[in-house]
Amino acid sequence: MTITPEIVASHGLTPDEYKKVLDILGREPNLVELGIFSVMWSEHCSYKSSKRWLRQLPTTGPRVICGPGENAGVVDIGDGLAAVFKIESHNHPSFIEPYQGAATGVGGILRDVFTMGARPIANLNALRFGSPEHPKTRHLVAGVVAGIGGYGNCVGVPTIGGECEFHPAYNGNILVNAMTIGLAKADRIFYSKAAGPGNAVVYVGAKTGRDGIHGATMASAEFSDDSEEKRPTVQVGDPFTEKLLIEACLELMESDAIVAIQDMGAAGLTSSSVEMAGKGGLGIELDLDRVPVRETGMTPYEIMLSESQERMLMILRPGSEEAARRIFEKWELDFAVIGRVTETGRLVLKKGGETVCDIPVGPVSAEAPVYDRPWLPQPKAEPVEAPTAEPIDALRRLLGSPDLASKRWIWEQYDHLVMGQTVIRPGGDAALVRIPGTNKGIAAVVDCTPRYCVADPTAGGAQAVAETWRNLTAIGALPLAITDNLNFGNPERPEIMGQIVGCIEGMRWACLALDYPVVSGNVSLYNETNGQAILPTPVIGGVGLVEDVTRAVTIAFKGAGETILLVGETKGHLGASIYLREIAGKEAGAPPPVDLEAERRNGDFVREQILAGRVTACHDLSDGGLLVAIAEMAMAGDVGATLEVETTPGFLFGEDQSRYLLTTREPETLLARAQAAGVPARVVGRTGGGALTLPGGRAISVAELRQVHESWLPNYMSGH
Amino acid sequence: MKAAVITFPGSNRETDMLDALERITGKKPLRVWHADSELPKVDLIVIPGGFSYGDYLRCGAMAAHSPIMREVKARAAAGTPILGVCNGFQILCEAGLLPGVLLVNETLKFHCFDVHLRVENSQTVFTSGYSTGQVIRVPVAHRDGNYFADPETLDRLEGEGRVAFRYVTADGVPTKEANKNGSARNIAGIFNETKTVLGLMPHPEDATDPIQGSTDGIGLFRGLAEALA
Amino acid sequence: MKAKVHVTLKSGVLDPQGKAIANALGHLGFTGIGEVRQGKYIELELAETDREKARQQVEQMCRQLLANTVIENYSIEI
Repeated sequence: MTITPEIVASHGLTPDEYKKVLDILGREPNLVELGIFSVMWSEHCSYKSSKRWLRQLPTTGPRVICGPGENAGVVDIGDGLAAVFKIESHNHPSFIEPYQGAATGVGGILRDVFTMGARPIANLNALRFGSPEHPKTRHLVAGVVAGIGGYGNCVGVPTIGGECEFHPAYNGNILVNAMTIGLAKADRIFYSKAAGPGNAVVYVGAKTGRDGIHGATMASAEFSDDSEEKRPTVQVGDPFTEKLLIEACLELMESDAIVAIQDMGAAGLTSSSVEMAGKGGLGIELDLDRVPVRETGMTPYEIMLSESQERMLMILRPGSEEAARRIFEKWELDFAVIGRVTETGRLVLKKGGETVCDIPVGPVSAEAPVYDRPWLPQPKAEPVEAPTAEPIDALRRLLGSPDLASKRWIWEQYDHLVMGQTVIRPGGDAALVRIPGTNKGIAAVVDCTPRYCVADPTAGGAQAVAETWRNLTAIGALPLAITDNLNFGNPERPEIMGQIVGCIEGMRWACLALDYPVVSGNVSLYNETNGQAILPTPVIGGVGLVEDVTRAVTIAFKGAGETILLVGETKGHLGASIYLREIAGKEAGAPPPVDLEAERRNGDFVREQILAGRVTACHDLSDGGLLVAIAEMAMAGDVGATLEVETTPGFLFGEDQSRYLLTTREPETLLARAQAAGVPARVVGRTGGGALTLPGGRAISVAELRQVHESWLPNYMSGH
Repeated sequence: MKAAVITFPGSNRETDMLDALERITGKKPLRVWHADSELPKVDLIVIPGGFSYGDYLRCGAMAAHSPIMREVKARAAAGTPILGVCNGFQILCEAGLLPGVLLVNETLKFHCFDVHLRVENSQTVFTSGYSTGQVIRVPVAHRDGNYFADPETLDRLEGEGRVAFRYVTADGVPTKEANKNGSARNIAGIFNETKTVLGLMPHPEDATDPIQGSTDGIGLFRGLAEALA
Repeated sequence: MKAKVHVTLKSGVLDPQGKAIANALGHLGFTGIGEVRQGKYIELELAETDREKARQQVEQMCRQLLANTVIENYSIEI
């Protein structure tokens, strides 16, 4: 088959990139080879537009065992244990087929984590949908939530947290970002670097079918209206097989059989074999006749590019093959030696005795194109005027708005209790799971405020990182590290590239200031349809450590007669706020600035007071500001409060950063300690009664708050 | 009390069950893989929750027909107490050890939240740690927990004191709101004729430690341990 | 030899999935739909060449595993 410019273009390679392929090979590639270059050099696998900027993120620290570049990041949590985690997007597949797209997103991220030798102990997800009024939104929400639940519930990993927001900018491109956290022994981490020429390359898991061929290139292409035609490329997940694969892999990992292991995710057998060989500076030779297939007549091209799920590639130590085979056969999974590690540095594929591919591994993986795309800084946002509104009425409207309404309808469809270690359930600031056999806990959260990122990418990037740090702090956890999922539009447009550059810069500042490195991540670009890009959405997944889970606090008011303290400075910033959007219908203004020094000082103070046992409940202030946060604490505890506050919109609904609400029975001690630490703190009210009461006597019952807060999503979803 | 927890491919709440049993009885239970050649002599056999065989075809159907279930049936016939929770309950129904079947929840959705249960009969080896009429709070986590049986079977279950637990409000009333999965007569758990086999959808094992938010499940395991000591 | 098995819910058993399908069809503008019942369709490849023996075999499979006769009916096509 002759490779025409049309075939090159349909593989997503530019003429320049194809020229580079010709230079590397010194000849024309065949179709298999072209397919391999195409997926390895796709945005999804190569990070070619973002790499230059991602390199600037801090990725090391005293606790970091493994940073970005492996299947997942690894952080030391003491006592010989490590937390292994990563977040990954499955945006495009979920738009095309919401149930399977979301389900396989969960499956993929789970594999990234147990590949490293960790047992998955928690899942989270960050979702963005289009306007609730858009005709597709309801169907997409229903499918995505069912898919995430269907997969996570079956494999038996609790889904403990997440976020879900709506905005018309996601009408044509929803976001489904899934995160998994696993637990491993710190000295038993498994990596993907191939070693030992002659060692067996082993395929385990499910059989290979024709599903998802070219998923990785699809994930790197803009949508147009005919993309629903791309449906056949969506993979189908089998959580039952995944569960068996987890158990089989972890059982094998008890032994010393594995030299290297890599899951077959995007670009399947291609990326796993190329990446393993590339990292080891070695070659791999595979006999494609030995690959377990589900369908007859599969071509080498199809076998190499299939994205069938629940598959792994391993390199085994000599002599351990039979023991390994017995484990996989016990779990009724396929196990096949499909090739050998070689010293040639080449990827050689055979089928029917013929060589169907022979390319150098190094250039395919290491010499992938890297672009320094032109970018434009975002113009500074104009200041805006915020209107005044009756506070109780405004509170009611905010709590019943799609972004602030309770997401219980979603998380009650996720098994968040399996494993029996869930200490703090979804619905609060961060979730917490105990580490079996210890008193320690892993806290986790995902967060991003896209309306800040679009108004000021740098401030928005910093805010996203800081907010996860604050969420972890608010339960008493020590924030350790993050994983990031950078979701943006088309990087070939300078204004989009400007958003990417700005957000990464802001993230970098915050990570440095908070000693909170990035240990893993994923980039999803080209999230646009017919030129309409999503809001810049750099989702941050934060992971923290609690040494004694009984010391952690929740957002719920614990009883009457406690003092409510506000920690942090309130200037009444309403630019880019939810109040402005929901009450005035304006998406305008600059986001609240993030003072990272104050962030750290306030947060360290709050954590110290929580761990000292002086705090009975804690909640960070974010979307909707003070009054929304107090209402959330009241609803969670079913206890009201009487407030002593200024009733200006800025004070009640402003979104100034680095702030927390605490309840305490020792207000004097806390205030004195705050003053000593240079942390602004003041009394804003007392808990008690069945209503929230403002100065002047205006009030709303907790029952009514709950009715407004809990009803929006179920009502919306029942409106089929 | 010596307990064995049987796991199938796809079981996923066995750790919760093993932890709860050990926490409350102080003894490590045996973990038995469905394909193990023999089922050891024990005082209690537990089939835990999960998605055995992916819950493909029907929940619990394939596990119910696996060889180890023949041995479980023989032990049940000989009087060994058998406890099936969630998928375990579905398996016991499919295996014919308990009457009826668990259909998909009326909402067609997976449910994960705390429910209140009323103990309907405390005169059994499983429920002696509770008093009849006591209300306990434990979580559910299932998509197919909608108990169904024909009216004659339901009448017989009620008449013979074989309804173990019912979904109720916090103050003990079996309302429609308390019965979110749509189970016949709010039934959450049932016994066999001899009250030595119990199947229930909720997870008492996930309410046995203060960090889990409720310890109301302890009564079941403590009662069993005392009765079988 | 190929066997086709249809498994359907007995008429007395509530079928919430069928109800949901009926609702969804209504929302799509289809009218005149009575009750909707959802079932399962299973295809089996059999080594048996005798039709009657094959039917007996599948009959047994249905009773033992493929259908739960408490709630389901089945029909077999060889």
